[in-house]
Amino acid sequence: MQNLKYARARDIDEAARLLAEGGPTARVLAGGTDVIVQARERKRPVGLFVDIKKIAAVQELRYDAAAGLTVGAATPCYRIYEDDVVRRLYPALVEATSVVGGTAIQGRASLGGNLCNSSPAADTVPAMIALDAAVTIAGPGGGRRTVAVAAFCTGPGQNVLAQGEFVVSILFPPPAAGSGAAWERFIPRNEMDIAVANAASCLRIEGGRVSAARIAIGAVAPTALLLEDAAAALVGKPLSDETVAAAAAAAKAAARPIDDMRGSIKQRRHLAGVLVERTLRRAAARAEEGGRP
Amino acid sequence: MIRATINGEDTEFLADERDSLLEALRERLGLTGAKEGCNNGNCGACAVILDGRLVNSCCVMAAEVEGAAVMTVEGIAPDGLHPLQQVFLEDAALQCGICTPGFLVAAKALLDRNTNPTEHEVRFWLAGNLCRCTGYDKIVTAVLRAAATMRGAPV
Repeated sequence: MQNLKYARARDIDEAARLLAEGGPTARVLAGGTDVIVQARERKRPVGLFVDIKKIAAVQELRYDAAAGLTVGAATPCYRIYEDDVVRRLYPALVEATSVVGGTAIQGRASLGGNLCNSSPAADTVPAMIALDAAVTIAGPGGGRRTVAVAAFCTGPGQNVLAQGEFVVSILFPPPAAGSGAAWERFIPRNEMDIAVANAASCLRIEGGRVSAARIAIGAVAPTALLLEDAAAALVGKPLSDETVAAAAAAAKAAARPIDDMRGSIKQRRHLAGVLVERTLRRAAARAEEGGRP
Repeated sequence: MIRATINGEDTEFLADERDSLLEALRERLGLTGAKEGCNNGNCGACAVILDGRLVNSCCVMAAEVEGAAVMTVEGIAPDGLHPLQQVFLEDAALQCGICTPGFLVAAKALLDRNTNPTEHEVRFWLAGNLCRCTGYDKIVTAVLRAAATMRGAPV
């Protein structure tokens, strides 16, 4: 392990101050399932871990019918997928958080960590994008700003956070009436693997036609992608074999995958279309079931 | 100095700020049940229960457990053997044994919340524990039989 120091922040401002003072090698420690391993394997230089888990705001899990769902950045996956309200209103989020690593990873790993690690294959990120989530970022000197998850990651392992900034919470808007969402990934095993491709879709259907659509794909580009062309292929039209095929074709066109040990360019591009089609159909079924995204 | 409840006992121990919980357990506290396998969160050989939840102790910093409760394989049965340990022995649900402490702790965490898991639930719960010897079948069968024994159900 690198010769690093450990500090526990009591509140948001102390965390921002510790991160700013610690310089570029100060890293936020939440669940630690990525960053501790990266520090040990010297994939990231770490001089200081700032443990934020004792800050109440980063452990929040609260739903309000007007404001939506607030998930603290360090709230572990198991608390999200075991929560009755999340299970009822945000099943796509349950699908994504239930398969991040195995049980022992889900005991610690968080949405904030998955997002800030900024892996192109991060499983929860397409779900957050499709559900139109935004993050609250705290910075030095009491600074606060909000950034859409769709605009957060800028490349593999890279994101919009500046020195001293960290993600406090993730806000999901309340599900619209007549909406539904679904998430899915492809892995060669049954569990415990990193996505070859993943996707999430959120649809609102009014009067038999799609009135709003948000579709995101992951592991097929340097960052997860919000697919505006695929959404445009659906909005104003009924969800039919033709419109679903058009959205899937738009997903394949938008994908910019790489060849690596997990999959080839050809396979990943194909999967982007398949997963968009599947998640659209399941999202539509959920929308019809009673407006549950 | 870190204060934590380790296997039910209030414990104070010294650890370096860069020690993982796994390193502190093994090298500072002499609790060598948790094993270092991959040391990167994939194999589950170092699994412990931290404040009631299963975690990989290689992915926890020792300093994080201040005030927390940690249970290792040494603590799953205060007296004698836990039913899981008994069944693992009787049914030979192990070969080389390196993964066994992690499987026992993970299986205990499952049976603590679900006394009657299905085979699918056992397999999914234990997906983060790797065994390179057994092919898993004997481990899964043993967990199901231990669960039945603990429920008092016919085996």
